[in-house]
Amino acid sequence: MSLKVEIAFKLNGRSVAREILTSTSSLQVLNRDFDLAGAKLACGEGECGACTIMVDGVSRNACLMAGVDLDGRDVETVEGLWEGNGLDPLQEAFVNSGAVQCGFCTPGMVMQAKYLLKPGKKLSRDEVIRGLEGNVCRCTGYHKIIDAVVAASGEAS
Amino acid sequence: MTLPQNQSPAEFEYYVNATSIEEACRALGDGVGTILAGGSDLWVQKDEGVKIFGPRLINISRVDELAEISIGNDHVRLGARVTMTDILNHGELGNIAPGLLEAANRFASPQIRNVATVGGNFANASPAADSVIPLICLDAEIELARLDGNAVAIRSIPSADFFTGPGKTVRTDDELITAISFKPRDGKSLARFFKSGPRPALEISIVSLGIAADILDGKLSNVRIALGAVAPIPFRARKTEALIEGQKIDDKLIHAALECLVSEISPIGDVRGSKWYRQHLARTYLQEALTDVA
Repeated sequence: MSLKVEIAFKLNGRSVAREILTSTSSLQVLNRDFDLAGAKLACGEGECGACTIMVDGVSRNACLMAGVDLDGRDVETVEGLWEGNGLDPLQEAFVNSGAVQCGFCTPGMVMQAKYLLKPGKKLSRDEVIRGLEGNVCRCTGYHKIIDAVVAASGEAS
Repeated sequence: MTLPQNQSPAEFEYYVNATSIEEACRALGDGVGTILAGGSDLWVQKDEGVKIFGPRLINISRVDELAEISIGNDHVRLGARVTMTDILNHGELGNIAPGLLEAANRFASPQIRNVATVGGNFANASPAADSVIPLICLDAEIELARLDGNAVAIRSIPSADFFTGPGKTVRTDDELITAISFKPRDGKSLARFFKSGPRPALEISIVSLGIAADILDGKLSNVRIALGAVAPIPFRARKTEALIEGQKIDDKLIHAALECLVSEISPIGDVRGSKWYRQHLARTYLQEALTDVA
C-alpha cells in the first residue's frame, strides 16, 4: 500500500493543500484531486506535451512530475490564464488564428507558448517552431498554432 | 498507457524530501531508496513496471548545493541536479565544452530539458544517454557520496568506467551522485557531438558520437571518441583514438580511422535502426568531424 503525504502549494494563485498518494503524478493530482481537466493525459511519457504546466515559471510535463514534488511550488495551469475578465491575449491569438481544431493539444500548446513569450520580444517562426518541438498536434494544425504564437509575441506584458 | 501483465506501478512506503546532501545520503543509507530528481525518466519507468524500485522515495530536487555550476581556471564542476536548460543558458559553458552544449541542445524537448538533470542522465545509464557522450570525451569524473559513520564520504569514478550495463553503474545503493567534473581543454581543440533520429526533438539517439581532441599543426592529440547506442554501455572507441593520436589528418588517415571505427563497434539491429545503418551513421559522423579538421 502506497504512502499518503500531505502537500501544500500555490495553484493558479491560490494556496491549496491535499493529501496524495506518493505514487501519483502531478497530472493525476491536478486532474483527479483538483478537477482541473486542462492538462491532459495523452502519451503519459513526455513525448506529446499535452500535459504541459508551468512550475516556478518553468514549463514541464505534468505526467513526468511526481505529485509529491508539487509541494511548495508555484503552479500554473491553463485554467489560471482565465482571470474572470475573459481570455488571455495568447488564448485570443489562438482563437483569431484558427489554431484550435480538436482542441486536445491546445492547453499544452498554450502553456508551452506562455513559457516562450517574453515581454516585448517578438518571436520568429523558427523560434516558435523550436520552442514547441515538445508538443504534438494530432490534427497537424501546426501552421496556425505557430501563427498564433508569433502574433501573440512582442506584447508589453 | 498499459502495464505489462502481472506488473504493477511502483508503490512507495516512505518519502523523504531532502534539503542537504547529508540528509539524502542518510536516507539512502540502508540501500532501499529511489532517488527522484527531474523525474523525466523515473516516472515513466515506474509506471511501466519494468524496474524494481526501492520503497523509500528520496526527493533531491530541493538540495540546492546539487544545482551549482562552478567554473575555475582548470576545473569545471556541474552539480548532479544541473539541468540541460541550465547548461544551455549558462553562457560560459558553451565555449568551454561545445560538445556538451550541442548534446544539451539536442536533448529531448524544452519541457524535458527544463527538468532532466546531468546526474540523472548518468544514473539512468541508458546506452543512448546524450549528455554522457561529450562528458566522457572530456574525461569527466563522477562524484559519489555516501554516509560513512556520521560524515559524508566522496569517491570519484572516471566517466568511462562508470557504466557496467544497460541501466547499471558502479554506484552502490547507498550512494548519491553529487557532481560531474572535468578539466577544460586549453588551446585550440576539437569538440563535436552528433546524434541521429527521424525527428529533431524527443528522439532516442539511433547513434550518437562525440569527439574531443587538441589540435596542433593539423594533428590531433589526447583524442577521445565516444559513441551512444552502439553497445550495452556508452562506448569509448579506444582503437580508433589510438590510430588518430598524433597523426596528420589527411584522406588516408581518415579512411583508415573510419574502417577502424566500424570494426571496433558491434551495434545491434533493432526497430530504430539496423546494424548496418548504425555503422553507417557512426562512420559518417566521424568522417564529418575529421574532414572539418583536415
